[in-house]
Amino acid sequence: MPKPTCEESLAQIYLFLDGELDDDTRTSIELHLEHCSPCVAAFGLEMELRALVSRCCREPVPQELRDRIAAALHEMGRSGSSEDVG
Amino acid sequence: MADQLTFAEDTSPYMSSLYAAARRMTRNDADAEDLLQETFLKAYRGYGGFKEGTNLKAWLYRILTNSYINRYRAKQRRPDETDLEDVEDFYLYRRLGGAESSVLGRSAEDEVLDSITDEQVRDALDSLPDTFRMAVVLADVEGFSYKEIAEILDVPIGTVMSRLHRGRRALQKALYEYAVERGITSPKPAEVVDVES
Repeated sequence: MPKPTCEESLAQIYLFLDGELDDDTRTSIELHLEHCSPCVAAFGLEMELRALVSRCCREPVPQELRDRIAAALHEMGRSGSSEDVG
Repeated sequence: MADQLTFAEDTSPYMSSLYAAARRMTRNDADAEDLLQETFLKAYRGYGGFKEGTNLKAWLYRILTNSYINRYRAKQRRPDETDLEDVEDFYLYRRLGGAESSVLGRSAEDEVLDSITDEQVRDALDSLPDTFRMAVVLADVEGFSYKEIAEILDVPIGTVMSRLHRGRRALQKALYEYAVERGITSPKPAEVVDVES
């Protein structure tokens, strides 16, 4: 497989980071990154942003809500409710 | 066929992440709580129809997403596919210098990323129109594949990719604007990314 250029590698950045590339394409981009520090910086920044978004969106479920849901499920279990929601 | 008797046990590992997604969808504590409860009750009622061995997490997210759309999207005027301005690729990278600044040890990117508070990241996400925000949350927070997101949102994979990529670019722009507002970095036009061809 021919070596991808910076442009070709950067065009695949999200597919690469999202794990959506086939093995050959993935490997060719990894090889490009071994020798290209500007692309490493660009890929690194995107990765850090994703980690930041992921970290900031973890919020604990309030215990009161857990209890409320458990009670509602218990109540439904007793009345034997069931239907198809697809 | 799944058994309602094991429902609470089977689904409890996903409650936290469903709650986090509900928070980001509704952008509001009270609505997120109602949405999570509605999701669990609907899932419980439909659990007999869930095929064991298939993707329970994705199934729950689909119920969450549909509940959200039915309950809250009706309030909105129209679908917001066109409400997001087009933002160029690598928005932050082009502005924060990338390669040349990283020689100095701490790069401009690190300065900016470190200075942004968790709340600002959440505000930036909340500033995205619904459809984009949902795609970004499902991919970046929950790690769903494009195919799974397509099934959860009931749209083609191409639409998932477009929403996700545009949403991420818009998020970068919003974060950059926070950093400029706070004087972490000074506004500057995009650098031309040096590409070999």
